Amino acid sequence: MLAYALKRSFAALLILIVVSALTFSLSHLSADPALTIGGAQASDEDIEAIRKLYGFDRPVYVQYFEWAGRALAGDFGKSYHYGERVSFMISQRIGTTMTLGVLALLFALIISIPLGVVAAIRPNSLVDRIALLIAVFGQALPTFWFALMMIIVMGVWWRWLPISGNDTWAHFVMPTIALGYYATPALMRLTRAGMIEVLGSDYIRTARAKGLSPSVVLFKHALRNAIIPVVALAAVWFGFMLGGSIVIETIFNLKGIGWLSYDALLRSDLPVVQAIVLIFASFYVILTLLSDLLNAWLDPRISVR
Amino acid sequence: MSETVLEVENLTVDIPIASGMLHPVRGISFSVQKGETLCIVGESGCGKSLTSLAMMGLLPKTAQRRTDKLLFRGEEIGDLPERQMSKLRGGAMSMIFQEPMTSLNPAYTIGDQLMEAFRRHVTRDRAVARDRAVYLLEKVGISSAASRLSQYPHQLSGGLRQRVMIAMALMCEPELIIADEPTTALDVTIQAQILHLLAELQDEFDMGLILITHDLGVVARIADKVQVMYAGRTVEEGPVNAIFEEPAHPYTQGLLRCIPVPGKTKRGERLGSVPGIVPNLVGDLEGCMFRNRCPHATAECDTAGEQLAKLSSGDHAHACIRSLADRAAIDASSTKAAE
Repeated sequence: MLAYALKRSFAALLILIVVSALTFSLSHLSADPALTIGGAQASDEDIEAIRKLYGFDRPVYVQYFEWAGRALAGDFGKSYHYGERVSFMISQRIGTTMTLGVLALLFALIISIPLGVVAAIRPNSLVDRIALLIAVFGQALPTFWFALMMIIVMGVWWRWLPISGNDTWAHFVMPTIALGYYATPALMRLTRAGMIEVLGSDYIRTARAKGLSPSVVLFKHALRNAIIPVVALAAVWFGFMLGGSIVIETIFNLKGIGWLSYDALLRSDLPVVQAIVLIFASFYVILTLLSDLLNAWLDPRISVR
Repeated sequence: MSETVLEVENLTVDIPIASGMLHPVRGISFSVQKGETLCIVGESGCGKSLTSLAMMGLLPKTAQRRTDKLLFRGEEIGDLPERQMSKLRGGAMSMIFQEPMTSLNPAYTIGDQLMEAFRRHVTRDRAVARDRAVYLLEKVGISSAASRLSQYPHQLSGGLRQRVMIAMALMCEPELIIADEPTTALDVTIQAQILHLLAELQDEFDMGLILITHDLGVVARIADKVQVMYAGRTVEEGPVNAIFEEPAHPYTQGLLRCIPVPGKTKRGERLGSVPGIVPNLVGDLEGCMFRNRCPHATAECDTAGEQLAKLSSGDHAHACIRSLADRAAIDASSTKAAE
């Protein structure tokens, strides 16, 4: 297990290095940053001065190592547009995005795992069909439309919940539902499929033949095995929820990272974009690593492969 | 004085399917004494596995079980609610399955899975359960038993896993063990070891053993009594010697012809086989189910029942409407007619 963890961590580290290099070079190759900063009216001398000032005239790899070295220390430079430190801008907003992501993931898991289990115990029953209906809706409704509908119904008509901002917990209710609901169908169907397969397996028959209570058979013997692919998928979804909450954050005016990245992209604010991409890529890598380790604990065969 | 552990009378299993009612087990009866081994023999699809699951109350939800009698230690258990039945299962009656590779949960250690039933049925005390597990692992011939407890199923070979399954079945000192093809998935040398082990343990703990198998070699080695099943019914039953020496039903005779006998089967001679396949057991069934594959079948067999008729030697019975002598006479006359 320890060897497996070390091996996976090393692989994760390599991926991070590659990702950081890609992040850095892509945003540098896509446009001339000096032109972006200077704007359309800037003269050639101005552009040249900006190049010197920001160090764009040096070889790309030198710039990369300098950037990466600073990034390791948490310094992503200053925003071209706002002139603020990028690390400060991110630290101010990451709490909102994290809160939203965690809440949305919890919401998705709390809905999808029990529904998936119940649906698997009685396939084609009423509960199963209702669960399927929920899944189809979740998959089919565009997130932004669902979010807007919630705002109209719960925010405007009924006036239950605030529709904009992130001042109180109540502000997070609708964004959480909107973002979490989107992940529910996949997680639920995977739980259901996994449970149906596991419940038909020989070791479940063995467990029943031992006279164990139905709940022990179901939760100890079946769910633990069925949940393994769900863990991996949930990790991916969590990454998506953190990075992909741009739409939700914009709609509900939650000033999180998603909102910030949208803003930075519009303004070609390179240091901000780089920092955000790098941070989210790191999240993905770390989440995948954690889900691998969690799975290795759930299924002892994994660490042998 | 021997004591009857399990007595089954007229067990049927019905499963509703799209094209009607399937009758995989159609009224079979048997009993097992303490210390006795009953072998239920038959080919794939004859209902022997369903029979074993039916006794344990482990049939799939759609299957319906009926019995006139299902006595365990003299008490009717056919109508026990699931809660009480689950107290017997894994406790006083336990089961060993065919597939040691998949019958253990990959996510838990051997020790956990061994102790689980014991801690439910006997005592919650971990230390006692652990001692019992180590004792039984040693009993089933697993070396360094204590350290095996923390191993996972994937770290053991098939033979070892089946030994673990046997140890698991023995944890709560059962009075009856039902073993459903316990050696089928293992290679031949391991098969012999496992069978030997089962027989030895059965003797030592004075348990009733029901062994479900299609392998007549296994039967010859281990059985006291034999029950030959065909298409969900018993076609022949009796003491092991009688079955092997004087098989009375055409199906049993056919099965025995399939086994090569050293010294008797000539080099280059084709081994026997029972041609044809098991009939479809859906809907109303009439007559002898074996008639389509039987070399002696006549028009009578289309309507005649499949009642077991006793032969002269006490416990030996078979379900063919004709005696051996009758069949010989019919065969002789039909050969004559053909000429």
